[in-house]
Amino acid sequence: MATDAIIEVSEGKLIEGINNLFGELLKKGLVDALLIPHELPSGANVVQTLITSPEKIKSINPLAPVLPINSARIVSAMTKVASSAKKIGVVLRPCELRALIELVKLKQASLENLVLIGMDCFGTYSVCDYGKFAKEGPSPTQRFLDNAKSGKDDPLLREACQICEYSVPINADLTIGLIGMDLNKGFLLHAATKEGERILEGLGVKAGSIQGRQEAIDKLVAQRIKRRDEVFARTIEQTHGLDKLLPVFAPCINCHNCRDACPICYCKECFFDSPTFELEADKYLGRASKRGALRMPTDTLFFHLTRLNHMGVSCVGCGLCQEACPNDVPVFDIFRLVGSRLQKVFDYVPGRSLEEELPLTTFKANELEEVGH
Amino acid sequence: MDSEFEPSIVGFFCNWCTSTAADLAGTTRLEYPPNIRPIRVMCSGMVDPVYILRALLEGADAVILGGCEPGDCHYVSGNYKARRRMTALKTVLDTLGLENDRVWVRWIGASEAPKFARTMNEITAEIKKKGPSPLKECWST
Ligand code: SF4
Ligand code: SF4
Ligand code: SF4
Repeated sequence: MATDAIIEVSEGKLIEGINNLFGELLKKGLVDALLIPHELPSGANVVQTLITSPEKIKSINPLAPVLPINSARIVSAMTKVASSAKKIGVVLRPCELRALIELVKLKQASLENLVLIGMDCFGTYSVCDYGKFAKEGPSPTQRFLDNAKSGKDDPLLREACQICEYSVPINADLTIGLIGMDLNKGFLLHAATKEGERILEGLGVKAGSIQGRQEAIDKLVAQRIKRRDEVFARTIEQTHGLDKLLPVFAPCINCHNCRDACPICYCKECFFDSPTFELEADKYLGRASKRGALRMPTDTLFFHLTRLNHMGVSCVGCGLCQEACPNDVPVFDIFRLVGSRLQKVFDYVPGRSLEEELPLTTFKANELEEVGH
Repeated sequence: MDSEFEPSIVGFFCNWCTSTAADLAGTTRLEYPPNIRPIRVMCSGMVDPVYILRALLEGADAVILGGCEPGDCHYVSGNYKARRRMTALKTVLDTLGLENDRVWVRWIGASEAPKFARTMNEITAEIKKKGPSPLKECWST
């Protein structure tokens, strides 16, 4: 059984080739619906769209380098109450897939009847930059493909993407491989599961293999890791210690947008929206009088430290917290750094495996013996 | 260091072990400093980091979590989970340079009154040496 196939496209027609493939999936009934990025008519943004008619494939654009929200949230919203009875192909970037796996482990989503279609990811622009490029031309997708072909990261990619070492999807049934391919000529379809193989077979594509993909991936990942470590070093330099951390959070207005954008923060009622923080005026005055003054709204640092404790170990580094921040608090830098430390301590990679238990819901009897004596 | 500094230390002690050890220390007249503000919790495993962070941000100079020896939890595995949570909390604080040595975890069994008194003396002395928490006077967090 083939697990790899090369889909050839005519010179420079990669987008058409990929869109055609998704059209085939629907036409041949290999999936009943697709959740896939789709150009909005204005051209200013590309958003996830649930498509049931092959007619609507014309304006999909899964290559568009923009990530308005982490789609794991959408899949969770669609499958949490009841899983789908029909087959839905969900087209996701690696950070979205990894977040989805975390949400499944948190019992916030179901993979039943989903076909996970992962796209290799070179990175994305902010929604604002994307809209700007779209207006000015050439098309951001073209700009991005030109950069991808050159093998260098566009400095205008979101910082999260510039330091993302998960360019290749983990846990996809079917991967659309772009890295290490001659993008003028075609792309790779890789099936990693039975479900993926079923689709390859249904498409009737012939097996093929390519040379040099792994080397290209290794090179990109090494470049990203180097950059990541530079960002970590800079973040430590700029935030380490209360005297530095307080100025970093000075512009924070405690709006909780970063939490709302985060795919991992799923709690129906966040502790910070709970009645614990609905106080009578007297209680505020009591808190204020302890030190003579009280920052309002209260508990800004408390919010961030708690969030780090509750979800940091599952942070997938998508950077959408940063996109949501109105005041440029470097909230992504901090979460990514602390997240990576936590993940190292528990030897955990968010999204790596459905079988691996969430570190804070499990334990081993013979570990961490230095804690507590 | 200012010899007048009397740290305030919040202790979260599990009902079955460390709180019992504290009671026993009291009845057997083992002395420990009044700096410790004990809070009885059913299990060390129910102490979410929010409680500890709250205490620190509200100006506690240190927090100590006391539970049963690993393997002895009244609820089977609460303290094992606490051990992971506290490891996570200390990692977060350490990464941000927020003095994670103000958070202590100790396993003190029900009959270990002397260990309880010794530990409370030890943490009080250490924190006295360390000085007040920089969060103590901080109104702008
Ligand atoms: S964080 Fe990684 S996977 Fe997510 S959009 Fe950026 S480069 Fe792609
Ligand atoms: S904390 Fe930020 S980077 Fe991490 S998963 Fe949440 S939104 Fe993505
Ligand atoms: S870090 Fe930014 S998004 Fe998050 S609460 Fe503060 S101001 Fe809002």
